Amino acid sequence: MSLELLTGGEAVAHAMRQIDPDVVPVYPITPQTPIIQGFAKFVADGRAHAELVNVESEHSAMSAAIGAALAGARTITATSSQGLALMAEVVYIAASMRAPIVMALGNRALSGPINIHCDHSDSMLIRDSGVLQLFAENAQEAYDLMLMAPRIAEHPNVLLPVLVCLDGFTITHSAEPVVLLTDADVPRFVGEYRIPHPVLDTAHPLTQGPFAMPDYYFEFRRAQAAAAEAALPEIDEVAAELERCSGRRFRALEGYRADDAERVVVALGSTAGTAKDVVDELRGTGERVGVVKIGSFRPFPRAALRETLAGARTAIVLDRADSPGGSPPLFAETAAALYGSGVALESHVYGLGGRDLHPADVRALFTGNQPLYVGVRGEPCPA
Amino acid sequence: MGKLTDWQELSPGGVVAAGDAEQPSTGGWRTGLRPEVELSACVNCLLCWLYCPDSAVLLDGTAFAGFDYEHCKGCEICAFACPTGAIAMVAE
Repeated sequence: MSLELLTGGEAVAHAMRQIDPDVVPVYPITPQTPIIQGFAKFVADGRAHAELVNVESEHSAMSAAIGAALAGARTITATSSQGLALMAEVVYIAASMRAPIVMALGNRALSGPINIHCDHSDSMLIRDSGVLQLFAENAQEAYDLMLMAPRIAEHPNVLLPVLVCLDGFTITHSAEPVVLLTDADVPRFVGEYRIPHPVLDTAHPLTQGPFAMPDYYFEFRRAQAAAAEAALPEIDEVAAELERCSGRRFRALEGYRADDAERVVVALGSTAGTAKDVVDELRGTGERVGVVKIGSFRPFPRAALRETLAGARTAIVLDRADSPGGSPPLFAETAAALYGSGVALESHVYGLGGRDLHPADVRALFTGNQPLYVGVRGEPCPA
Repeated sequence: MGKLTDWQELSPGGVVAAGDAEQPSTGGWRTGLRPEVELSACVNCLLCWLYCPDSAVLLDGTAFAGFDYEHCKGCEICAFACPTGAIAMVAE
């Protein structure tokens, strides 16, 4: 193992170098670009051996990824925001064809207005696609998740694309100390790429992606839902195995000082890290506060959430995406999971288009009396 | 179609083994007309076999051997292709 100073983007590129996938079809877009720029350099320097396909758009990137993954090649791609939006049509098909593609997503606000900074609207755009979504808190976790992702995606009970989400700029471009596994350990951990029906197995010709009429479409979608649910124990299994190599344990849901907490922030991504610092500070003054970090948004750890918050008074749900005219996605998910539990719920939308959420803002959220939209000019405080 | 399977029995992604086109009984889609042959007029030219888009003309070696009504859709192409008028379309 080695300790290096890396941005999240560089850490992901190193993970890709160590996994050494067969095919990487990709199109650059901020803030994902450092990932693929770093990886392309590894390929050019002979340190990675992937077929790097410089496609003409993200729609093509995902199309090529499906072909490669189903042909029998381990396939990784990466994108952000508008790239994912352009890809979205094909992302649904990747999930339905059960192509175990790994994709890094540098989370960035969707246009418009055009913006390059972080929020989670891009992830939420494909919320219902069937793709699994894991959220990193920092560069280290982005690296760890990239190592875990092929194992989860390719598990015979799962066979679904996995999206590794890292907050744009906050994680993709911020340098942190990151511990890398050795170049020998990663291939051992990740293993050989195996799928049940590789197209290039010419001894067993087959049809992939058949047309499904009303007599079969529903059954396919039901099977896909079961596969996403089946991923939850596999995520934990793979996380436990990585812990044996790395000493670090990823959780689909991580409770931080949440056991006896009365007010608990529920959040995705780097904001969970900010909230943990604020919790440490407030705990010092006797406040009973905690954090629930949702590491896996799809599949959503409903039972663990209910269990972790069983003794809490209020769940303060922070969404970095909005659903105009409806409920923000993480709030809706949390409310459904906690229905009937007696835990009170607060919904807050923050940080759209890269607006920072400072420790002072989180402190104010724990103290209470904040509006639905926090940190936006002109928003009146509730009475 | 054969028996409809439950979702648990589907292969991931709905992968279908190649060469299973014989399985679905597409003759169920037939238009309401089916081809019938007057064998005394047949010269065994096999144009019907050549033109049939559903491979529904049966052969015994190289000899015309009737129609596969499990797969014939009643398109009438064989009747048009037949140079001797040996094939007639009959209402079902």
